[in-house]
Amino acid sequence: MDLILLGELAINGVLVGLMYGLIALGIVLVYKTSGLANLAQGALAMAGGYVTVALATLAGLPMWAAVVAALAVMFVCGMLIERVMLRRMIGQPVIMIIMLTLGLEIFLRGVGPGIFGSAVKPLDLGIRQAPIIVGDILINRAYLIGGAISALLIMATIALFNSRLGVRMRAVSDDQTASWSVGIRVERTIAIAWGLAAALATAAGILWGSVQGVDWSLSLLLMKALAISILGGLDSIAGVLLAAVIVGVAESLATGILDPLVGGGTRDIVASVIIVMTLLVRPYGLFGREHIERV
Amino acid sequence: MLYRQAGIRHRRYAAERQLWPLTFDRMLVGAVALFLLAAPFTLDRLYVSGYLLPWLLWSSAALGLNLLMGGAGQIHLGYGAVMAIGAYSSVHLVRNGVPFELALILSGSMSAAIGIIFGAAALRVKGLYLAMSTLAMQYIVDFTISHAPGISGGTQASLQVPRVSVLGIPVTGEVAPYYVALALCAIVTLFMLNVGRTSFGRALAAIREKDYAAEIIGVSTFKYKLLAFWTSSFIGGAVGAVLAVCYLRIVTPDQFHLDLSIQLVAMVIVGGLGSVLGSFFGAALILFAPIFFNHAIGMLAAGLGLSISTDLRSHIPLMLYGGLIILFLLVEPLGLAKMYDNVRKYFLVWPFRHVRK
Repeated sequence: MDLILLGELAINGVLVGLMYGLIALGIVLVYKTSGLANLAQGALAMAGGYVTVALATLAGLPMWAAVVAALAVMFVCGMLIERVMLRRMIGQPVIMIIMLTLGLEIFLRGVGPGIFGSAVKPLDLGIRQAPIIVGDILINRAYLIGGAISALLIMATIALFNSRLGVRMRAVSDDQTASWSVGIRVERTIAIAWGLAAALATAAGILWGSVQGVDWSLSLLLMKALAISILGGLDSIAGVLLAAVIVGVAESLATGILDPLVGGGTRDIVASVIIVMTLLVRPYGLFGREHIERV
Repeated sequence: MLYRQAGIRHRRYAAERQLWPLTFDRMLVGAVALFLLAAPFTLDRLYVSGYLLPWLLWSSAALGLNLLMGGAGQIHLGYGAVMAIGAYSSVHLVRNGVPFELALILSGSMSAAIGIIFGAAALRVKGLYLAMSTLAMQYIVDFTISHAPGISGGTQASLQVPRVSVLGIPVTGEVAPYYVALALCAIVTLFMLNVGRTSFGRALAAIREKDYAAEIIGVSTFKYKLLAFWTSSFIGGAVGAVLAVCYLRIVTPDQFHLDLSIQLVAMVIVGGLGSVLGSFFGAALILFAPIFFNHAIGMLAAGLGLSISTDLRSHIPLMLYGGLIILFLLVEPLGLAKMYDNVRKYFLVWPFRHVRK
């Protein structure tokens, strides 16, 4: 095992991890503001990809306009999901909410390919295929740009939490009743969190779509996103950044080193192992607040 | 009317505590049991082995999951993996000459043993975290099965189930597997009907309502949660074993993927959390509604001369399935069992309207 290969795996792992992190960000955002599980995030990314493709090809918009329009459409969709579905579930046990978002995931996974066809839709952002070569290390150009955009968006979300809206979100996540009593519109804040989550998912869907094309398999990114959000702590956005890098590198190294030994497929298992290990050792994650009820 | 309560006066506690105190309920259960017993001789073979058999098996699995989800309030997104362990254990045991009756119990225990490892890991956490760890269990078990050549016979391989016999009767053809599944379903149903009346079931109910409150009144939460995981996984393993022998006949890893787990959770939710009857309703709806609607839409499209793309038609089951889950959670979170109960309660006091809810 030479160092160059390791370095290449690690760097590409970091970039891929950051792109996973973009999906995890939506899960953390929703959990942080409302304490709700959001297992539809993978399917939302897929839906975002489909919407972008549809706007670019069917409506004939230029790519940049399609991206902006898709982000806006999905923001509204996210707010609608909160308004129509999750607000009615207030006070229900957590199983119901997990199941509702899973149901949404399944539904979207049927609707997307059902309407647009199950063939892989190419989504060309104009990123050239040729890799960037630094020394002896090959870096995938799409991953580099995707990783950079993801890192920027994660930082922007951290900054958002220091803005006026972010302060409201933090207040809501801290205590909903107290927020109500000081005049914060709790429902609207949660709806905005869902809208942002859907928009972030769309961004991730577009970035991943430019790498592998848009089809239903984009929704499989959910598992990696869950691993990142659990490892980083479900209510920590800074945790996403670190956990994304860890998960990405772990997955990339496992694929590069373990796959030849066990005959492939370790990529899919890394996320699960990370989830189990995190729950065993430190259930609240690296940066999460330690308030899991235990008996 | 039908469910007449008037005029039934119990003189013994036992009579009051029986499973079905109302005559109509008893007659209904008897009629359904008779129908299921006579089905192989009265119905077309296609319906028996294509519809009734999977319905019985999936209902049994949903019942096992319902013990955990409805009984103890613990979510499990890896029940398909539990069934996979049972199926693979039983196939390997039977291939090595173990009689099926013994293999059934051993594979149930195997599922329970592995299920409880993940259960113990998961019991430090709950809610969303428990969901995540059982989801991880699903993926890890899938990976292990498909990547260990000793278990699955290599990646992409399928495993032929050898012929087995139960109590000396060979399980071949269409009739014998059906009765094996029916027997298993009956045992699981009777267990589930009665578990709520035992101290075990009551302890689980206490934990479901509030686990620390249960701990305070002296119910060992850890012990009973673990027991719930054990029992539920045992049922899952046994159902997996019967599923492999009676229905699938050839076992491959992808029969037990996450889809199966989600299907089962959907059955429990759509049927009604904690309801025995609901598990049967839920299994029927989730198994057959997509098939039914697929045919219905196909015929409608043919009748109206519309052309529906094959992509759309092949994804209709998925849409319906997700849509049904969402719809039930929003409209009737207690599921089909609650709907049936509403009708039953209406008729209980008919023609009065005291209990309309």
